[in-house]
Amino acid sequence: MADFLYLVPIALLLGLAGLGAFMWALGNGQYEDLSGAAERIFLDDKDVPL
Amino acid sequence: MTCCTSAAGIALTVASDINKDGEILLASRIVGDGLRQTDLSVPSIHCGACILAVETALGALPGVEAARVNLSTKRATIRWRDGAPPPFIETLRQAGYEAHVYDAGADVTDKTFGELIRALAVAGFAASNIMLLSVSVWSGADDATRDLFHTISAVIALPTLAYSGRVFFRSAWQALRHGRTNMDVPISIGVLLAFGLSLYETATHGPHAYFDASVTLLFFLLIGRTLDHLMREKARTAVNGLANLVARGALVLQPDGSRVYTPVNEITAGMTVLLAAGERVPVDADVVSGQSDIDSALLTGESAPVPAAPGTRLQAGVLNLTGPLTLVATATARDSTLADLVRLMEAAESGRSAYRRIADRASQLYAPAVHATAFLTFIGWMIATGDLHRAITIAIAVLIITCPCALGLAVPMVQVMAARRLFESGILLKDGGALERLAEIDTVVFDKTGTLTAGVPRLAAPDAINATTLSLAAAIAAHSRHPYSRAIEAASTGKVAPHLMPETVTEHPGCGLEAKVGAHLYRLGRASWALAAQDETHDEGLVLARDGALLTRFEFEDKLRGGAHEALATLKTNFDIEILSGDHDAAVNQIAGELGLRYRAGTMPAGKVARIESIEASSHKVLMVGDGLNDAPALAAAHASMAPATAADIGRNAADLVFLHESLEAVPQAIGIAKTAAQLVRQNLALAVGYNIIAVPIAILGYITPLVAAIAMSSSSVIVIANALRLRARRTPGKRARPAVSRHPLNVTEEPA
Repeated sequence: MADFLYLVPIALLLGLAGLGAFMWALGNGQYEDLSGAAERIFLDDKDVPL
Repeated sequence: MTCCTSAAGIALTVASDINKDGEILLASRIVGDGLRQTDLSVPSIHCGACILAVETALGALPGVEAARVNLSTKRATIRWRDGAPPPFIETLRQAGYEAHVYDAGADVTDKTFGELIRALAVAGFAASNIMLLSVSVWSGADDATRDLFHTISAVIALPTLAYSGRVFFRSAWQALRHGRTNMDVPISIGVLLAFGLSLYETATHGPHAYFDASVTLLFFLLIGRTLDHLMREKARTAVNGLANLVARGALVLQPDGSRVYTPVNEITAGMTVLLAAGERVPVDADVVSGQSDIDSALLTGESAPVPAAPGTRLQAGVLNLTGPLTLVATATARDSTLADLVRLMEAAESGRSAYRRIADRASQLYAPAVHATAFLTFIGWMIATGDLHRAITIAIAVLIITCPCALGLAVPMVQVMAARRLFESGILLKDGGALERLAEIDTVVFDKTGTLTAGVPRLAAPDAINATTLSLAAAIAAHSRHPYSRAIEAASTGKVAPHLMPETVTEHPGCGLEAKVGAHLYRLGRASWALAAQDETHDEGLVLARDGALLTRFEFEDKLRGGAHEALATLKTNFDIEILSGDHDAAVNQIAGELGLRYRAGTMPAGKVARIESIEASSHKVLMVGDGLNDAPALAAAHASMAPATAADIGRNAADLVFLHESLEAVPQAIGIAKTAAQLVRQNLALAVGYNIIAVPIAILGYITPLVAAIAMSSSSVIVIANALRLRARRTPGKRARPAVSRHPLNVTEEPA
């Protein structure tokens, strides 16, 4: 029954990690050009956003 | 007496080569490290290969640090080292892409949307985690465990309210400070009171806490708010768009004989301006030397260009087609014709802003009702029991239950679905309010040039012309970008025989083309110029003459847009239709006769607005379909408006909807979708109200526990969303097979089954 003492923090941390990843992606411009991203996987060159 | 026709689409793609350096420099911005950034709009980018081609071409230029294409917005962003700008536009043209300078300042990134998305993400995270803890409490966790879970919930909820709740608190505070109330006031009070009460319950080891309700509420409301923002009207840039039509500047001849590229608002009356072919006239001016053709289709709707010679007065914004001109400015930009159009437009737009969206009207009724209900519940329970804690708990439950989750989702959800349906049919929607207005219209007014007609001249009856002659004419015409020349080129299929290949071709602005083939002199152009014998009776169209003797005549026509007959047949059954054109009576009469419509010809922009206002004054609602600059004020004045994608920028900006396909059937299709959407919105609002009629009495009687509140709130939202999704499956009435050809690169798919 005391399992939740570490399970709850783990669940929260995982959730926070997901939230953090989303926030990073948003700020990094990963959502700026969705149709472009779909096409760019076919390009061989290195791909660095401006 | 004219010899060429042009239309908005063509006119806009004819870009000038010279003076671009100055323009690029003016439009670029400094980004630090000695770098400048320029944004180019490249409308023809449409696939991965284009991305590679454009980025490689730009990246190879000396001085370019980095180039990146955005496929969604069809723009290229270039960072380059300070100095003379590399020839971006020229390079892209050689790579096969037409590009023009895009003013990054014109659209500031949508900050509010970013903030809403972030708030939504945080609320989503918090809502899911708190709900997880709450489910454990509901399924029987008690005593220390329950208190611990409530405490963790409080720790998650507090920063979430502070971060995600700001959106609502700010707007509620604004309203309260001005002594008004809006939808955000009961939301803020409900969320904050629920949180406060839950904190108290947690501290006193109470059995019920409402953290889940208050955060889930925020989450649902933010979904609605984000969708709503997506459908809200973007700050109308139509008026700003006008500025883009005028050249940013022009080459001004200084008194000392030097030439300086001068920004347009520094050009004053009396200055001498050098204007190359393909450039727009920056300010009202008189021609002092040079010969050319002037395309004023965007300003007046006239389908045929007029010749310009010394003494001709030119209006700002008209396009110089064929030859270089020297002009003397007669007005500053502020006093030019274009500025009058801006004023006309601002007046027209302010008239329409009086329209209030259905969601706004609903919320104005809703907020006072919610306040009153919650307050009366509190008073009632105080009188009945005298138990302050109980009365507050129940009043908060009422606030939470009535909170307009479903109402907030009812309208934007339908509009987002409708926008998607429209997009799949190749129609772009500007804002959700337009959809509501479109569903209300009962009169449709069409512009002629470029709207009912394709706007591009085509050779009439090319089969009647000898193929050899036609191919020779095409070989000569290839040297000009005059619309008639392009039409001849497009009509010719055969190759010219080698012995007939023109050796030298010279363009005589305002007259035509002259070519040497062997010993003969060929002229392709205006009859009065090309023919030795004067033929005053017949000056329409072009002739091809050999040594002054007539070889053949070319007649041009402006064809009806595809699907025009079908679209109008559909529309005629339900709507009043009229043509409002700036073109000459004869040209309009022919088209109107063919379609069997009423018409008014020779209408100036102000006249179009006046006509629309007079129709609306007799309590009709008008849909204006037009494309030109001359239509822009009318587009802004009408109850709803549509423009084809080939329209002038300004026309597209002023219109509520833009259709990408050539076919006019987009018009009845859009109206059909708008009407279906309006019906679904009404259903959704009825559902939201119905939910309240059932849930509010339960809440007032005090039977709402956190579990019931969570279920009621979620299910009402889900039902409303599900109802909106039905729009996907529905087919609009009167819809037929789509025209097979789409000239637009956009992948528009068939209707989902």
